[in-house]
Amino acid sequence: MSWRNPWSELEVLRRELDRALGIEPGRSSTPPRVAFLPGRAARAYPLTNVSEDTENIYVQALAPGLDTDKLELTVLGNALTISGVKKGIEGVRPEAFHRSERAAGRFVRSIELPSEVDADRVTARYASGLLTITLPRAAAARPRQVQVTLG
Amino acid sequence: MAEKTVATPVEAAGQASEKETTRAEERYIAPPVDIYETPDGLTLVADLPGVPVDGLNIQVKEGILTIEGNVKVESPGTPVYREYELVNFFRQFQLADTVDTDRITAQLRNGVLELTLPKAEAAKPKTIKVELG
Repeated sequence: MSWRNPWSELEVLRRELDRALGIEPGRSSTPPRVAFLPGRAARAYPLTNVSEDTENIYVQALAPGLDTDKLELTVLGNALTISGVKKGIEGVRPEAFHRSERAAGRFVRSIELPSEVDADRVTARYASGLLTITLPRAAAARPRQVQVTLG
Repeated sequence: MAEKTVATPVEAAGQASEKETTRAEERYIAPPVDIYETPDGLTLVADLPGVPVDGLNIQVKEGILTIEGNVKVESPGTPVYREYELVNFFRQFQLADTVDTDRITAQLRNGVLELTLPKAEAAKPKTIKVELG
């Protein structure tokens, strides 16, 4: 297993640049990408942020207005698949719309996780339009303290 | 319903802009909305992910509807891969005089805000019966 996050180097570089330019941490120099319109463009939906600590991998997906009954999560090895439906507005004549900027529809997205996870202990929470998935690392992928004996 | 804040074109929808005041520290984005007419008035639906009920501020002042959402999100762990960054939401609309501002109702569910803007009684169509004499 030799997964290397190709973006981590860029992330480090970005932070270095921010520091050099005197931008306080947490406020990025680039405009935040916040588009979350499914079906509007050939971009991945939902947008996800991945973070980790020694115990877990956390996936946070930006997905407001999901139908929770149709939300499905599958984990296989180190791949997580999110699929579901964002409900649109039904029963309104097209000419009654003044604005229609929110898109809707079915979506499916698979993301590769930084390490193998224990699929049986995955938990997910959906609150205020954000889906937070906690994936405990598989025992084999967890860092282990090695005791050194002096001899 | 006219837009007060500058409309975000679809191409630039992913970019946040700075509020047009010098002292405002925070950045904001205009949330995408759907506005449609119903027999009783207008309904506005907006996507506001990450905004809890107590972070939402809706105001009507001098015919201008302001929707402001303060994002509250806890992200555990150290980031390894980022595709989005949540910032606060802000958008304003000019309301028509026909909206009965006292009866506006709001509902927030799963990051989606639904605002009902009922028409004033005076603005509703009335059928006048003509009597034959």
